[in-house]
Amino acid sequence: MFKWKTDEFSWVDFTIDVLRVLIVLGVVVGAWNTLSSGRITLAQWVNLFAAGLSQGSIYALIALGYTLVYGILLMINFAHGEVFMAGAFSTVFLAEAFNRTGFLNDQPLLAIPLMIMFAGLVSMTVAILLERVAYRPLRGSPRLVPLITAIGASFFLQYTFRGLYGSGFKAYPQVKILQGAISLGGINIPIVQIFVFFSALALMLCLYWLVERTRIGKAMRAVSENKEVARLMGIDIDFVIMFTFGVGGFLAGSAGVINGVFRPQGVNFFMGFIPGIKAFTAAVLGGIGNIPGAMLGGLFLGVIEAIGPNLVLAGLGIPGANQLKDVIAFTMLVLVLIFRPQGILGERLSEKKA
Amino acid sequence: MISLLIRRLCAASLLLIILLPVSADAACDDPLGCVEVGPDDPIVVGAMLVVSGAINYLGEDTLGGVELALLARDYRLLDREIELALEDSLCTAEGGQVAAQRLAADPTVAGAIGTNCSSAAQGAIPIISESGLVMIAPSNTSPSLTNDDIAGGGSHQPGYFRTSQNGLIEGKRLAEFALHALGAQSLATVHDGDPYTSGLARAVADTFAELDGEVVFEGAVNKGDTDMSSILTEIAVHQPDAIYVPLFEPESNFFAAQMQYIVGLEDTIIIGGAASFSSSFPENTGDAAIGIYVSGPLVSGDAYDELLRQWQEEYGSDPPSGYHAHAYDATNLLLDALESVAVAHADGAITFGRQAIRDAVAATEDYPGLTGRLTCREDSPFAGDCSPGTALAVFEITEAEVYDDNWPPPIAWNFAADSFD
Repeated sequence: MFKWKTDEFSWVDFTIDVLRVLIVLGVVVGAWNTLSSGRITLAQWVNLFAAGLSQGSIYALIALGYTLVYGILLMINFAHGEVFMAGAFSTVFLAEAFNRTGFLNDQPLLAIPLMIMFAGLVSMTVAILLERVAYRPLRGSPRLVPLITAIGASFFLQYTFRGLYGSGFKAYPQVKILQGAISLGGINIPIVQIFVFFSALALMLCLYWLVERTRIGKAMRAVSENKEVARLMGIDIDFVIMFTFGVGGFLAGSAGVINGVFRPQGVNFFMGFIPGIKAFTAAVLGGIGNIPGAMLGGLFLGVIEAIGPNLVLAGLGIPGANQLKDVIAFTMLVLVLIFRPQGILGERLSEKKA
Repeated sequence: MISLLIRRLCAASLLLIILLPVSADAACDDPLGCVEVGPDDPIVVGAMLVVSGAINYLGEDTLGGVELALLARDYRLLDREIELALEDSLCTAEGGQVAAQRLAADPTVAGAIGTNCSSAAQGAIPIISESGLVMIAPSNTSPSLTNDDIAGGGSHQPGYFRTSQNGLIEGKRLAEFALHALGAQSLATVHDGDPYTSGLARAVADTFAELDGEVVFEGAVNKGDTDMSSILTEIAVHQPDAIYVPLFEPESNFFAAQMQYIVGLEDTIIIGGAASFSSSFPENTGDAAIGIYVSGPLVSGDAYDELLRQWQEEYGSDPPSGYHAHAYDATNLLLDALESVAVAHADGAITFGRQAIRDAVAATEDYPGLTGRLTCREDSPFAGDCSPGTALAVFEITEAEVYDDNWPPPIAWNFAADSFD
């Protein structure tokens, strides 16, 4: 009888259960303390939520690149943050030129889409070159090999763009039409945040349509399901993989411009590193390989990052809560990996994919 | 035959090892050793400045000051050519450490100008001090750098001097400005953990509290943070009249730009530090920069006007920041010290005693620099401070700086001329 019980009992499971209870308790106590104190007003919570949603939209757009590539090649493209940087950094010069000529503020509805297209094309080109030069020769190698190559490619891209554009910081010019806020029931929501959310949403819907409703999308899904069978059906596997990298790159470049409109400062060769890692976290959070999961993961991460420090950490009396924003993001990653490795919307991967 | 040759080589090496220090001692009796300049060699002056990165404008600004000081002497000292050995100290302790190591490894370097950032100085000071060199910083302001109390957080070591003002003086004046000139009764401070920003934030908060103002929030952001909404919301909870934010770009840009969206901070005044005293700050912050106060160096006088004229002639533009005059003064202090301690030898060589150079800089008294009358102090927490601290003002950013590339902004308070009485 006793032997049966010890066989069933696992210290690992027990520790994880205790950890789970402690985390839930910490979140509840912290949130209760903050909310009951009434220190932060409803308008301020809405401000934080809206800022988080906008930041999350940008994470989601980048995360889609990670998830698309993972879905089709089962590899983590750690250079994807630099693909985002390539578009954002290159387009800042176009934005400056548009601003100098007055085009940006005279015709913002034309200028911004043009900037997004340009950034998307730059990032798409970088992503396709990356696939062709760095990853395709390694296809079929052990999974660690392309992973290490991706890290190397990430550094290569950073320093290439440093060489091209210099190491100083640049900033996107202000778009006047997006300044100010909309008042809803006494709560002000910045127009730029509304723009960021809906632009990102539109791009995500375009991607969903591409994957679910077009011939190339069907091919992408087929390659993701089984490359050999897809090849036998006449699908050009190499082209589909290259196309997938291109689409992920385009979304990352677009995210670069949207990010530039949202938070114009701090454009430099290193700007892709942290958003890249956060977007990877978002992709894992939502369920890597799952497109709606990446979108949801990005939005969820953005909101948690924005609200978490003030809601939970400050409520627990942790000093400098705002400095622990990144800790929240990466703790989320660890927690997801422990408690739900398949992510929020992901399914358990088969032995072959895991 | 071979063993005889080896024995002779060993004997000759031994003789050299014994005789070399004797001959060196004969030529130099300085306790820290000497810098020897051969008959046909140039005098090498080191510079540890920010060449790359977000605030390379500060390096460019101070390098211009150094170069113009050298140009004023036609790049010659004691009938020798002066060679400038420039190292990128970045704006980090590691950068300062690497730059100092490179200069310390070069036995021909007679002294150095730099660093720009206090964090870089913290990395450089131990190496410069250990190697017997002297460094004169043109834009460090952290109070810890001139504080001898190592156990109490000080990092001053022999060989470190600066011509920029001590943050304790700047902090005191800014607190007085916030309280008396702006009428702020409550204050929040934000730094990023850097010795420069944390030292200034501490100095401002301490003085503000001493003057019976209320410090309602003291916080920090991480370097590299782009989202300031969390800390801004926390500050809004405390409703300060003013926020002192001596952050570097781009964090200062993000902070100022995002503050406009935070409920509860609509009427709060921002006071920035000299790290934001650059034309790139209003350019990169946009509309949100209008009405922000920034402290920065203010140098005036005929000699300074002449320097600006030379700058235009040499570089075809305005200086990008405000520490070029401090760099000019720092270079002159070093060159004058070298000139005063040089020992000429019969063979045409020159030697500079390292301790003698330090003593000569330390002995600077009432030196007529562009930034005021410079006197180098030895008393902690001002050990190595040579600035009189008068060349300082608060500027208010207006639309002209944001839209018309005007720089510097109009003066809101001149500490040398205005009085709080």
